[in-house]
Amino acid sequence: MAQGSASFTAGFSWALARDLTLAWRHPDEAMLTLAFFALVASLFPLAIGAEPQLLARIGSGVVWVAALLAAFLALPGLFAADHADGSLEQMALSPHPMVGWSSGKMAAHWIVSGLPVTALSPLIGLQYGLTPDTLAVLAFALALGTPVLSLLGGACAALVLGARGGGMLLALLALPLFVPVLVFGAGAAEAQASGVTPAAHLSLLGAALLASIVLVPWAVGAALRIALD
Amino acid sequence: MNFFYFSSPSTFYRFAGWSAPWFFVAAAVLAAWGLWQGFFVAPTDAQQGDAYRIIFIHVPAAWMSMFLYFVLACYGALTLTFNTRLSAMMARAIAPTGALFTLLALWTGSFWGRPTWGTYWVWDARVTSELVLLFLYFGYIALANAFDEPRRGDRAAALLAIIGIINLPIIYFSVYWWNTLHQGSSINFKGTTMHVAMLTAMIVMTFACWSYAIGVTLVRVRAIIVERERRTHWVRALGAGR
Repeated sequence: MAQGSASFTAGFSWALARDLTLAWRHPDEAMLTLAFFALVASLFPLAIGAEPQLLARIGSGVVWVAALLAAFLALPGLFAADHADGSLEQMALSPHPMVGWSSGKMAAHWIVSGLPVTALSPLIGLQYGLTPDTLAVLAFALALGTPVLSLLGGACAALVLGARGGGMLLALLALPLFVPVLVFGAGAAEAQASGVTPAAHLSLLGAALLASIVLVPWAVGAALRIALD
Repeated sequence: MNFFYFSSPSTFYRFAGWSAPWFFVAAAVLAAWGLWQGFFVAPTDAQQGDAYRIIFIHVPAAWMSMFLYFVLACYGALTLTFNTRLSAMMARAIAPTGALFTLLALWTGSFWGRPTWGTYWVWDARVTSELVLLFLYFGYIALANAFDEPRRGDRAAALLAIIGIINLPIIYFSVYWWNTLHQGSSINFKGTTMHVAMLTAMIVMTFACWSYAIGVTLVRVRAIIVERERRTHWVRALGAGR
């Protein structure tokens, strides 16, 4: 555990650095998430046909659904591995507040899963024939929305620690909570594509992000306390 | 009398057994009155014909689905703050009834949508939010039953219910945010655009659904109490006395 006084920042930066190092040592997991994202997005034209108008119409929605699934796919690893080998209990025993280091872990989760997906999204959008300004709005909406997915998903991942049927249960808990993010995120790119300002959708996404940054870590802390009880 | 008298499972078990039949009687009487009022007294709607009469079950079911989730979250908050056993049992007992009313609201809504909108299902904001609410109920039930130790499931599911309650305002305000096909509510605090007979039928049916929900929850919580407390003396005495 990190040296120095116990504080939110110390716990946050310690957990962030630790999880990023772990992800860096096993880059294949982050790569799998990206490959999954690209694969899901490229299945849609095969299934529904490749007319350019149709693809441009559904492009931003497909990217959002794929990003949602990719964020969900990376969730089980967020707390489960540390719970299984006991390091989660050691972290809970540390003097740092639980809200601090669990936020650090979720920030690392976003950097490993949400950020690459956001960076890759213009490429996928280009395959769907989206216009450049729509691509920009789509990437910006993803940058605002994927951290919310990591936070809400983190709360659900903490709730299912030690539960039977982990993966499917996690899907049942997390995906319904993702719905507002999906609606506003896809709505932003949709509005831009149809010539309306996406400001309202982006503002709502930003509000969701700020509210989740403030509120969700407390829920995660409570869920971890229940899991470690 | 002590305020916490009924928070003990053994006293509440007897109270629930005594009061549940009264709620079922009230539900039957109110439903008979409400349905008679709705089918025979309320006039035919000028635009929707007689198809609108499904409102008398649709709207109460939709109200109950949201209200029961709120009650569920309140019991969840009680579970987490006071660590009481009975509130977690009540939350578990409410969940299936809430899911049932959600399903009923979706089902009757699609039967109403067919003659009026011309389709069984629309991806309208309210309909979609109600579907999400159904998944929230399913998630609650699945999480509560996913642990070998019931108390662990109680507390995790209680926290999930509190997280999920953010969905309720989204359901309620979604019709203003997205402003799609679903008609606005006909009742608000300033008054109503409905005929008095229609309103009476709907309110009476709401109380019928309410009584049914309370009665069936009490019956279910009795089963949960006996199952959880099966190793206590009073439950064994209950079994021996029979």
